[in-house]
Amino acid sequence: MSSYLRIDHLSKSFKRGSNETEVLHDVTLTIERGEYVSIIGHSGCGKSTLLNIVAGLLPTTTGGVLLENREVNEPGPDRAVVFQNHSLLPWLTVYDNVSIAVNKVFGARKSRAERHAWVMHNLELVQMGHARDKRPAEISGGMKQRVGLARALAMEPKVLLLDEPFGALDALTRAHLQDSVMAIHAKLGNTVLMITHDVDEAVLLSDRIVMMTNGPAARIGEVLDVPLARPRKRLSLAADPTYLKCRQRVLEFLYERHRFVEAA
Amino acid sequence: MNMPLKKSDTAVALPAPAVSAKVLALGAPKRPPIGERLLAHASAVAVRVVPPLIVLTLTLVIWEMLCNRPGATLPPPSRVLKDTWELIVDPFFDRGGIDRGLFWHLSASLQRVALGYALAATAGVALGTLVGQSMWAMRGLDPIFQVLRTVPPLAWLPLSLAAFRDGQPSAIFVIFITAIWPIIINTAVGIRNIPQDYRNVAAVLRLNSFEFFFKIMVPAAAPYIFTGLRIGIGLSWLAIVAAEMLIGGVGIGFFIWDAWNSSHISEIILALIYVGIIGFILDRIVAAVATVITRGTAAN
Repeated sequence: MSSYLRIDHLSKSFKRGSNETEVLHDVTLTIERGEYVSIIGHSGCGKSTLLNIVAGLLPTTTGGVLLENREVNEPGPDRAVVFQNHSLLPWLTVYDNVSIAVNKVFGARKSRAERHAWVMHNLELVQMGHARDKRPAEISGGMKQRVGLARALAMEPKVLLLDEPFGALDALTRAHLQDSVMAIHAKLGNTVLMITHDVDEAVLLSDRIVMMTNGPAARIGEVLDVPLARPRKRLSLAADPTYLKCRQRVLEFLYERHRFVEAA
Repeated sequence: MNMPLKKSDTAVALPAPAVSAKVLALGAPKRPPIGERLLAHASAVAVRVVPPLIVLTLTLVIWEMLCNRPGATLPPPSRVLKDTWELIVDPFFDRGGIDRGLFWHLSASLQRVALGYALAATAGVALGTLVGQSMWAMRGLDPIFQVLRTVPPLAWLPLSLAAFRDGQPSAIFVIFITAIWPIIINTAVGIRNIPQDYRNVAAVLRLNSFEFFFKIMVPAAAPYIFTGLRIGIGLSWLAIVAAEMLIGGVGIGFFIWDAWNSSHISEIILALIYVGIIGFILDRIVAAVATVITRGTAAN
């Protein structure tokens, strides 16, 4: 009852004309404060829809989302989103992209100097302080995602929502960013809900992995606890039996029991 | 492998020119940059200026040859220059009525364009925003806009003369109605094309509609809006000359018509050159404003 974030018997249907497709069916999930939860599933299983509903960007059909026992049905900075394609505003500098969020969220509570310090603090947190005056077009994809992460962190969200944040990046950049996210999570203790389709990423970062069945009418198929101690080290985990077992479980779920039939 | 080679190079080179090298070393770094810079600059200018100059000279020569024969209906450039020399050297005379220098005619036309275009830009961006934002506004207004924008500018003139009963507001209205369509349509496209991502960001930040308009909508649609504004200024200048021919009074359009009525063909040619140059300058001004405001994204 008193979970931090509670997704309660949530179903979502999209209507197009007289056709109605149920995307999510009776999804119930609770997330505790400071927990890192990943949602994994094949493309089109509705995991992004679920995240957008938690973010308040989409309305639910039935059921609802409770954050600290309050229903959320509109977007807000308490559930900051890091979008897959960074979504930085191209006409603003890196600094301004973060400060637009800081000014909006803390405009009344912090002085100008405090807000400036807070913007710089968050840029330094993602190691992007050096590029504060660059525009998004002038920095790499990984750097853009770092700035997107800084913008989300700067809102001091109750829940940080990550929508395949590393999906568009190459493997090396992705590993760097995953390490950064782990370090930040360890430091700040954020509550994180992350969408991913990368099994290693899910096992490495998460406390729990929520596996979704294939759509339409996707449900939660299985929830796996990842009992690995933190801080986690990418290299030593590669041979860790618990890590391998977790990885095995997710792979089995995705590729045996809920194979993606349409996948070519 | 490389290090010893370099060292021995300098070791050999140093002793010999040590005395005379001073003069060379001082002169060398200073002169080439200035000379090269000037040369590079000059060649860059030449590349842009020389080809149009050649074409212009050729055109003038051919024109001179064609129109210098007896029985030619149009004056050659040499006569245009001779006939209009007074107008060129003194554009500021004012003998009352419509007998004024070209500066006054052009400034009267520019004032009409400025007013009509400013109204069109304001109303056009506002209506374009409405059509781009609201599905119902688009459904209701877009078909009407699509029909009205095909009406030629001058076709509005009799109607506006009937409504305003005066030449001045009628000409301004014609400018307004000519320039507004591309501004509306481009603004609407720009607003409609704002990526959903930006809207999501605004939603998560809970920007109010005022903040959304100025912080997301205007910058995101600015390249489109300026495309519309640039087409609009070109059309305004096209329309003003035609409109002024019909309404009379002071203005470059009427100046041309008056010159035709008094068979001063040279004056018509001079006026056309001025019209062309000012139209070009107006287009460049809007383009420059666009580059400054959109920080170069409009150019792409």
